[in-house]
Amino acid sequence: MRVLRGAAQRLSADPPIATEATPAPAEADIEALFLIRGFERLLLDLFSQGALNGTTHTCLGQEYIPVALSPLFEASDFIFSNHRGHGHYLARFGDAEGLLLEIMGREGGVCNGVGGSQHLFRDGFLSTGVLGESVPAAAGMAWSLKRRGGRGIAVAYVGDGSWGEGSIYETLNIASLWQLPLLIVVENNAVAQSSCAERYRAGTIGDRARAFGVRALSIASSKLDEIRNCLAPEIAALRTRPPRPLVVEFVTRRLGPHSKSDDPRPPQLVAELWRSDWEAPLRQHHPALCERVAARVGARLEALRANALQKPFSEWADAR
Amino acid sequence: MHAERIVENLNRAHHELFGRDPAVCLIGEDLLDPYGGAFKVSRGLSTLFPERVLSAPISECAFTGMACGMALAGEKPIVEIMFGDFIGYAFDPLWNLAAKSVSMYGRRVPVHLLVRCTVGGNRGFGATHSQSPQKHLLGIPDLDLFEVNPFHDNVELLAELVERGNPVLLFENKTLYSRHCLREGDLDDLFAWRFIGPRREFAKICIEEPETPDAVVIAPGSVVFPALEAARRAFFDREIETVVLTPSQLHPFPLTPILDELARAKRILVVEEGIAGGSWAESVATAIYSRLWGRLENPVACLHSKSSIIPCARHLEERVLLQSGHIFEALIGESVRA
Repeated sequence: MRVLRGAAQRLSADPPIATEATPAPAEADIEALFLIRGFERLLLDLFSQGALNGTTHTCLGQEYIPVALSPLFEASDFIFSNHRGHGHYLARFGDAEGLLLEIMGREGGVCNGVGGSQHLFRDGFLSTGVLGESVPAAAGMAWSLKRRGGRGIAVAYVGDGSWGEGSIYETLNIASLWQLPLLIVVENNAVAQSSCAERYRAGTIGDRARAFGVRALSIASSKLDEIRNCLAPEIAALRTRPPRPLVVEFVTRRLGPHSKSDDPRPPQLVAELWRSDWEAPLRQHHPALCERVAARVGARLEALRANALQKPFSEWADAR
Repeated sequence: MHAERIVENLNRAHHELFGRDPAVCLIGEDLLDPYGGAFKVSRGLSTLFPERVLSAPISECAFTGMACGMALAGEKPIVEIMFGDFIGYAFDPLWNLAAKSVSMYGRRVPVHLLVRCTVGGNRGFGATHSQSPQKHLLGIPDLDLFEVNPFHDNVELLAELVERGNPVLLFENKTLYSRHCLREGDLDDLFAWRFIGPRREFAKICIEEPETPDAVVIAPGSVVFPALEAARRAFFDREIETVVLTPSQLHPFPLTPILDELARAKRILVVEEGIAGGSWAESVATAIYSRLWGRLENPVACLHSKSSIIPCARHLEERVLLQSGHIFEALIGESVRA
C-alpha cells in the first residue's frame, strides 16, 4: 500500500488488484469490475453502430475506484457523481438495465431518458454534468446529514480537471470551518478532456486541500483490499461527530477518450497506461474465476442490449 | 401606531418561519447578531436559532450551491445575497443545479430554495452595488422571480415561497426597507388600493376605479412610488386617470388576472428600474401583445433606466435611473424613453 503525500506520483507499478500472494478476490468484486468495464464497452459499441444519441464519458481504467469504495458506504450516505459517473452508479446499485435504458432513452430508464448519461438521480445518488458544481451541493447535504444526526456522510466524486473551478476551494474552506462530514474522491487521471495535467495544474491536489486544514490522502494502488484497508478507518472517522472533511486522491488512468473519439494523447502513452491496467493481470492470476464471471457478465449485458433495443422510447410525464 | 417598516416585516417573516418549521435555515454573509445582516433583515435570528443561521465566508458560489444540496436533503434554505450585483457568482448553482434539478431527472423533484437578493439604486452605492439584475435571471425554466413591494405581506409571501417547490429569487429593492407596509384602503389623500386577482397577484392603485382608464402602469417593487408620483401629476395637470398595478410575482408573469383591465386602457406602460435589452418589461410587453393584439390603442411603452453604469453622485445617479418625470411624459403620450 502506498499512501502518497506530496508531489504528483507516477502510476503504481504494482501488479493490480491481486496477485498469487494474496487470496482470490471476492467474486462479487470481480463481477462489479467486469460489469462496469463491459457496460462501458457496450456503450462505445452502441455508439459506433449509431444506436445512441448524444455523448458519453466512459470510466475505462477507473472502474476499481467505486468498486473499492462501495462497501465502505452506507445507505444513509449521499453520493454526488459527475459526467464520468457510470461506474459510480453501477458500483452502488448494480442496475445496468436502468442505466442502459436511461442512456438509450427507453422505457424503464432511471430518469425516463431525460437525464441521460450524466444526470442521474436515485436513492442517495445524484450526478450532474457541470464540473465542480456538485462539491458545494455535497457540502450542503453533509451539513444536513450532520444536523439530522446519524452516521451519514456526503461523497463527491470529481476528476482532477475540476480542481480548476473555484467552487471547490470555497467549499473546502467552509467544510473545514464547519466540520462537515464530506468526502471528496478525486479520480486523478492526469487528463482533462484533451489537456494533460502539466498544462493545467500547478502544485498538488493534496497540498491544496491541506491549505484549508483538510486532511488529504493520495492512493496509487488499485488493489481493492489495500484501498479498503486504508480508507475504512478514515471513513469511519468521518462518521464520528464532529467529523473532519477528507480528500482522497486516486492516482489513476483514463484508458479511453474523454467522450467518444477525442483523445489526443500519444498512442504510446495510452499503451503504457493499458500496461498498468487491472484486467490482464487479474485474468492471468485467476483465469478460471475470471472466465466464469466474464461469461456471466457478458451474457447479462448482451441480453440487456437485446432487451433495450426492443423497449419503447421513454415517456416524460413532466414534458411541457 | 405606525405600520411595520418593510425590513421589520421581512424580519418577522423569517422569525415566524423559523419558529414554525425546523427545516428552514438561512445562509449568507454577515448574518450574525448583533450585526444581523447588512440590511438587518436577519436581526435576532442567530440569537434564537444559532444552529440554523449560517454566516458564511464571502463565497456566493459555494453557499448558494450548498443551499441547493440542503434543499435536496429536504431542508428549506433561504439564501441572502447581500447585494444583487454579486449574484453572478451564484448564477451557476441557481441556473444549472437548483432550477434544473426540479425537472432534469425525469420526474418532479421539489427544490425548496429561496434566494433573497437586495437590488436597486438611489442609495449612492455606485456601479457595482446598485444594479437591478432581474433580467439576467429571467426565463429560466423552474426558477421563479418575485419582488418585494409595499402592498404584499412578506410574512405570507415567504411562507408561500419556501413551500413552492421551485427555487425562487426574491428581489428586495433597498430603498423599500425603511418604507412602511401599506394596508388595503386609502393610500393617501388621492389614491386608494386593493388586491386584485384570485390569488391577490396584484395591488391595484388608483383614484376612483375608472371604467376605462387613460393609462395602466405595471410597476413592480419600488418603482410604484415614481409611478404614483407621475400618476398624481398627470391627474392634476391633464386630468389623466391612471391605474397602477403592482405584481408580487415577476416571472412567470401572471397576465390573466389583469387582462380585462389592460384591454380597457387607452395606454399601457410597463416600468422597471432595470435597463432595456432582454428585460422584464419587454417580456411583459411581448406577452401583452400576444394576448391583446388588435385591441390596443397605443403601443405598450416599456420604461427603463438608461442603458448605462450607475454613477455614485446623487445628481448623476438621477440622470441614469428611471424617474417619475419619465413616467409622466409617457403617461401624457409625449415621449417613450427607451
